Amino acid sequence: MNLRKGSAAAHVVMGLLAIYFLLPFWWLLVAATKDNTGLFQSASLWFSDFHLIDNLRILFEQDGGVYLTWLRNSAFYAVVSGAGATAISALAGYAFAKLRFPGRNALFALLLGLIMVPATALVLPTYLLMSQANLVDTIWAVILPSLLNPFGVYLLRVYVHDSIPDEMLEAARIDGAGEFRVFTSVALPAMKPALVTVLLFSMVASWNNFFLPLVMLSDDQLYPLTVGLRAWYMSAIMGNGGAATFSVIVTGALVAIVPLIVAFLMLQRYWRGGLTIGSVK
Amino acid sequence: MTEVQTSPAAAPAAAGPSPRTGTQRAARVKEAATGWLFALPFTVLLVAFLLLPMAYAFKISLYRSTLIEGEVFAWFDNYKQAIDDPLVREGVVRVLIFGLLQTPVMIGIALIAALLIDAATSRFSRFFRLAAFVPYAVPVVIGTLMWGFLYSDSIGPFAWTGIDFTSSDTVLASLGNIVTWQWAGYNMIVLYAALQGLPRDVYESARIDGASEVQIALRIKTPMISSALVLATLFTIMGTLQFFTEPLILQPLNPGAITQHYTPNVYAYNQAFSFQQYNYSAAISFLLGAVVFIGSYIFLFATRKRSALR
Repeated sequence: MNLRKGSAAAHVVMGLLAIYFLLPFWWLLVAATKDNTGLFQSASLWFSDFHLIDNLRILFEQDGGVYLTWLRNSAFYAVVSGAGATAISALAGYAFAKLRFPGRNALFALLLGLIMVPATALVLPTYLLMSQANLVDTIWAVILPSLLNPFGVYLLRVYVHDSIPDEMLEAARIDGAGEFRVFTSVALPAMKPALVTVLLFSMVASWNNFFLPLVMLSDDQLYPLTVGLRAWYMSAIMGNGGAATFSVIVTGALVAIVPLIVAFLMLQRYWRGGLTIGSVK
Repeated sequence: MTEVQTSPAAAPAAAGPSPRTGTQRAARVKEAATGWLFALPFTVLLVAFLLLPMAYAFKISLYRSTLIEGEVFAWFDNYKQAIDDPLVREGVVRVLIFGLLQTPVMIGIALIAALLIDAATSRFSRFFRLAAFVPYAVPVVIGTLMWGFLYSDSIGPFAWTGIDFTSSDTVLASLGNIVTWQWAGYNMIVLYAALQGLPRDVYESARIDGASEVQIALRIKTPMISSALVLATLFTIMGTLQFFTEPLILQPLNPGAITQHYTPNVYAYNQAFSFQQYNYSAAISFLLGAVVFIGSYIFLFATRKRSALR
């Protein structure tokens, strides 16, 4: 009796919080179906005339189709940075966990010490160094710094250490496999769940990245979605001529978040694993 | 943290003299070479994009750029200027107030949500778990844009309240709401994972002793996940000190309220990219980075008994 009342109260609280978390998405979905006049004149949480298809067409034609370029750039940066960071973290995590080399413990201690260095403090000096190397305003200025993922290395080191027994690697060595072969055909398959987690998190970090590309890029053909949409938003608010309308920006925001939400819903197992290892371990 | 450092792989090869020491030494050299080769790409990146920028920021923060003499070594003048700068102080005070108010609210919501989904196993609680987490999947820029529209008095759903969400009195709370919305679900999952790791039989004995579900949640579960709570709080405070993207995006809505020096990071950004004051900007960034870095370690050290990182 008491339990059931408690459960009802719990569900009411969850219901209210769910409304809070989902309301902006509902608003975005509804707003993306309206044209600019509808956006300003109709009730904001319910549909009026349906213009989603028009909005999408305008979105992809605005400023010579630059939105599609931004979408492609975001995807490209996310895939290249994500895959690169994961490969580099896998090699290093495996080496820290299973290979004895001079300086290993010092290097790992350095990694742990630097894991807390705030990324925002590094953006300006990285920009200045990149400009000395003539890499500012190129894709490398965005991709190269994103390849560094100390937390990914830490996570994979813990995972390899706990889940791959030395005997398994030793057996492969006795069978005559070289070190690289041992890594690719014995260790890598066993690391798969942790690798997917690191890949997912580094891809999301790159897709969501804003400060770094904002500083590094001035050519709007190289912008990722985050920087591009912000540029549209700025000029729409300032009321510059020829700017994208709010309805186009809203539609652009909707299109930008769909891939991530789909990825997160499909890969639930992996992100939960990644969040757990950082806290409970 | 020593727990993770002091666990080198077992070393069977080093035990005792044997007639095959030569081959074993060769194997060890080969292993060392492979180890370095594997760790090399990461090490290069660590140097190029962490150590080098840090060192470079520190170096240029010690110089001043003058019209007549060019770059002049100025010791800690930039730091002195930053500490005395009322605009820096204003930003620091603001992020501190923001952190002190926003962190407990967000961690509180995350804790309540985590306790709820841990206690209630219904289809709705599984749906709720996803609903709360989805905002984390949205880029901060786009989450902020969405809330910027929602706050608008011409197209937002709250226009009828008559509240100006971007006035100088309300904008800090409005920004806090965006951060809470975006990160509460993430912290909920972290805390929920910790709750799932607890031994369930403790609750049974408490129930037999007559404890209510609320008592179990507050007196047993919450203290037992204090290490996860400590970490979540730490990461939140680190995040708020570096507050940047949200105020930058909402700036055009009310430039009078969200100033060019609204947070230390916004100020450093504007000093560098609007006024080309790279040296001064580097000093502010370095100072802020050092505060966040040292602060995190003091916090971890002070709470190490409660935290999993020992």
